[in-house]
Amino acid sequence: MIDASSIHLNRRTLLGLGLTAAAAPALSACGGASTTGADTGSGAVSFLSTQFTPIEERQRFEAILKDRVPDVPVAYNPVEAGVFASTLTSQVDAKKVQVSLAGGVHGDLAPYANRFEDLDDVMGALGDRGFPDEIATLAKLGGGSTKYIPWMQASYVLAVNKKALQWLPPGADVQRLTYDQFLDWMTRARQGNGGRPVLGLPCGPKGLYHRFFQGYLLPSFTGAQVTGFRGPEAATAWQYMKDLWANTATASTNYDYMQEPLQRGEVLVAWDHVARLVGAPKDKPDEWVMAPAPRGPKGLGYMLIIAGIAIPRGAPEEARAKEVLTALTAVQTQLDVLRQNAFFPVVTAALPPDLPPAIKLEADAVARQQGASDAVVALPPIGVGSRDGEVSQVFKNTFKEICLDNRPVQPTLDTQARQLNSILDELKVPCWRPDPVEAGQTCRVR
Amino acid sequence: MTATVRGRRRRRVVLLQATCALVTLFMALPIYLIALAALSSRESLNRFPLPLLPTDVSTETFRAFLSATGVIGGFQNSVEVGVITLLLSLAVGVPAGYAVARYAFRGRDPYQLFLLLTRALPIVVLSVPLASVFLTTDLYDTTYAVALLHTALALPTTVLITSAVFVAVPVEHEEAAVVFGATPLRAFLRVVLPQALPGIAAAAIFTFVTSWNEVLGAAILTLNRRTLPAQVLLTLPDSPLAYRFAGGFALVLPALVFIAIMRRYLLNMWSTTIR
Amino acid sequence: MTATEPATEPATGSPGAPAAAPRRARPRLPTPLLLIAPSVLFLAALFLWPLLVGIGQAVTDDGGGTTRYLRRMVDDPYFWPATRNTVLLIVVLIPLQFAFAIAMALLLREKPRLSGLYFYLWTVPLAISDLAAGLVWLAIFTDRGYLNSLLSGLGLSDGYGWLHYDHDLTMFLAVLVAELWRSTSLVLVIVVAGLQNVPRDYDEAAAVFGASYRQRLRYVILPQLRPSLQVALILRTILGLQTFAVAQALTGRNFPLLVGEAYQWYIVLQNEHVAAAIALVILAASMVTAIVYLRVLRDPAVEVRR
Repeated sequence: MIDASSIHLNRRTLLGLGLTAAAAPALSACGGASTTGADTGSGAVSFLSTQFTPIEERQRFEAILKDRVPDVPVAYNPVEAGVFASTLTSQVDAKKVQVSLAGGVHGDLAPYANRFEDLDDVMGALGDRGFPDEIATLAKLGGGSTKYIPWMQASYVLAVNKKALQWLPPGADVQRLTYDQFLDWMTRARQGNGGRPVLGLPCGPKGLYHRFFQGYLLPSFTGAQVTGFRGPEAATAWQYMKDLWANTATASTNYDYMQEPLQRGEVLVAWDHVARLVGAPKDKPDEWVMAPAPRGPKGLGYMLIIAGIAIPRGAPEEARAKEVLTALTAVQTQLDVLRQNAFFPVVTAALPPDLPPAIKLEADAVARQQGASDAVVALPPIGVGSRDGEVSQVFKNTFKEICLDNRPVQPTLDTQARQLNSILDELKVPCWRPDPVEAGQTCRVR
Repeated sequence: MTATVRGRRRRRVVLLQATCALVTLFMALPIYLIALAALSSRESLNRFPLPLLPTDVSTETFRAFLSATGVIGGFQNSVEVGVITLLLSLAVGVPAGYAVARYAFRGRDPYQLFLLLTRALPIVVLSVPLASVFLTTDLYDTTYAVALLHTALALPTTVLITSAVFVAVPVEHEEAAVVFGATPLRAFLRVVLPQALPGIAAAAIFTFVTSWNEVLGAAILTLNRRTLPAQVLLTLPDSPLAYRFAGGFALVLPALVFIAIMRRYLLNMWSTTIR
Repeated sequence: MTATEPATEPATGSPGAPAAAPRRARPRLPTPLLLIAPSVLFLAALFLWPLLVGIGQAVTDDGGGTTRYLRRMVDDPYFWPATRNTVLLIVVLIPLQFAFAIAMALLLREKPRLSGLYFYLWTVPLAISDLAAGLVWLAIFTDRGYLNSLLSGLGLSDGYGWLHYDHDLTMFLAVLVAELWRSTSLVLVIVVAGLQNVPRDYDEAAAVFGASYRQRLRYVILPQLRPSLQVALILRTILGLQTFAVAQALTGRNFPLLVGEAYQWYIVLQNEHVAAAIALVILAASMVTAIVYLRVLRDPAVEVRR
């Protein structure tokens, strides 16, 4: 059959292989080597976060940590939101918490209000930081005590390559656009560009396009996010969206972060999260304009994004974790994060004049957006906890059915409103801005 | 031999080589392209059309990728998980594979179906309940936890492949050994196992590779002790395209090595076929 | 299973028995059970608990039974497209890749020059994770990727949106080609291993008696490959039902697949109930196809040889 020597060889190699294999686990550290730069159990603070997942951002934030929190070893572990959620839930529920700091945007943290330590003491000690009241209230997660320490904030703006300005309709100011002018502009731009749309929206699986509907389109057209979901004004808004989509690059459903297609020149105009736009004007800031979002009949709707850091109940390194919180809210650290990773300070801090040009562009646009006299502030869903994804999915599905599948507007809104109400009826939470906030009332689509 | 026969034979050889070359083009071109993309500068990736030849080689992105935190630790963990998985699934799987190959026992079909069941449940649904079990048993965030999950995932393939290997070993040889006075265990170790070794080795490496490539479960069961692919791949969709390509290539490289090792065993099997 | 048990028992039991049973009369029942016991215990320990949790999540609600999550699942606008895509992908991909793998194996069997290198390159995707494979093909199919670069270099097109949501066909083809590339190696290796069982002498004898290549393929080689093909088919179908990473890397959620949806519900929407419901659908589909394959592909002749 098989000659003897080859069998012998095989057996010997296999034996060797087996021995090496058996030795390998014995040689290495018990249970595996650390991949976050610091080992838990050795006094390091394990910091689980949904922010700064891209490699470069992570490396820059790790450098900031090393620089600004030199005394406490921090194992920074950025994960996607789902892993964040399942890790926190399973650890707290099993009462074997290994994470000492949990960082994420408000929506990431909201589901775990009752799994976090009260941080009123830390908040009290940080009184000199000057957190805006609005943000300090959000950090209570709807309860009576502080559940997370504000970490950074962000918003969404428009990034415009100056090439697209040539098609701007006469009389329109890119810094003060209305939604009608915006559509007009994009239509002319598409025609001027040989039929190829110049507008891109982050409608990919990881894109934040639902925030456009929740915080920009609907507040600007209806003055609300939820209550007016299926009203006549919402129907106008979605009809508008349909027209706008006709002038949007179809590749948008593959875009997660708009800075890349902008950089490659696939699109010239885009709306996205500031941290996801900052790469576009980085190399040639002179070629770019950053502008506030357009305004609609009810004003300039815009969404405020707050990221915070909480301490899970039963965290192993609570005292050290609090040290890290203090260091991360220091003005200098906050400005480092702005410079490096384009998230804005949550503390009272004068922006230094020497910001990198791309960041400067964004800071100005954000300031104009927040300072607009007709601004309508919208918040991401509050108090919906783990249903945040499902609530947002209703908006995404509405977009899919109306714009991608060409379904009629009003019937789609009616079906999706039923879906949204069935989720909200289970949650029984009051509305959040810009809807009328009335404690004790259940938020529903009217 | 006549000229026409020789001509026909030559035509056949040319045709054979041409077909093989075509298949190779399909199988190898994507690897060339990902290497090209990974080793291009970020600016050149923003150009269109992309150069199809390596005119602008830059290892900048790739180096930045490899210097990311946790790559070395992750590599170590991956090897460890892979090796434990391999040993465990062979220890458990080889006897089962032998049983399936040699015995027509009641419940063999349900058994095989049961094996496949583990592969039929999406890994997220499998891993999250396991995470809470491992947390209470202090196995969470260790390579052992990941290895246990990977063994469960690899076991069906191990059993199926090894049973196929044992079927190929003639039962007569084993029976002859028993007739000459060997115990069944001795007959297995001395007669069956040597003949089955190349196949088992292939199954083992396949198991290792399965474990190496599993990301989702590994990410859910660990926190600070990630395997390499879990460490680098999971957040890759959030990174710029240049990094995604660099990451893709970084995971293709070990595949080239694994298959180079595995090929020896596969070709061993192959040579017994050609004889 | 139970209803058909008596029908299958003679088929598996008695033809196999004469070969193995007589000399193994003493330890007759225990030996195989002893051999499979570790694997059964192992899988039961690691798998049954999550399975029970999953079933609980899908059909119960605060202690009582409910069909709420199942209804939620079927009402979701992505569920039916995902089901259709999954079925479509499997139905098209699997025959295609089996034909491809068998052709590759037969090419290698002719021992062409450089066959070692060919075999190496053709099996490399076996060790490439699905996530990495998705990235590999993304470099090719993305709007400004290598395919469009090539076409534009040849002056054929200035960029076609292969992966755009409104181009269903090219999206499907892109996923199909990527999956064909990624997963055919597994079939190839199994077929190559299976060709071991085809003694050259049979084949040569058939050739001497004037059988054409096609006849030898049909009457000698393929029947001998049957057990390997059965294994490969079951494995590939079950793994095929689990596919989603490549489609996700290429198309996001534009070409949804069932497991991707389970993942979406679990991770993004954080509704483990609906995720578990989808998982059970996948589990059921896997079981049904596996049983069908085991029945349909059972070859009595092979059983006798054992």
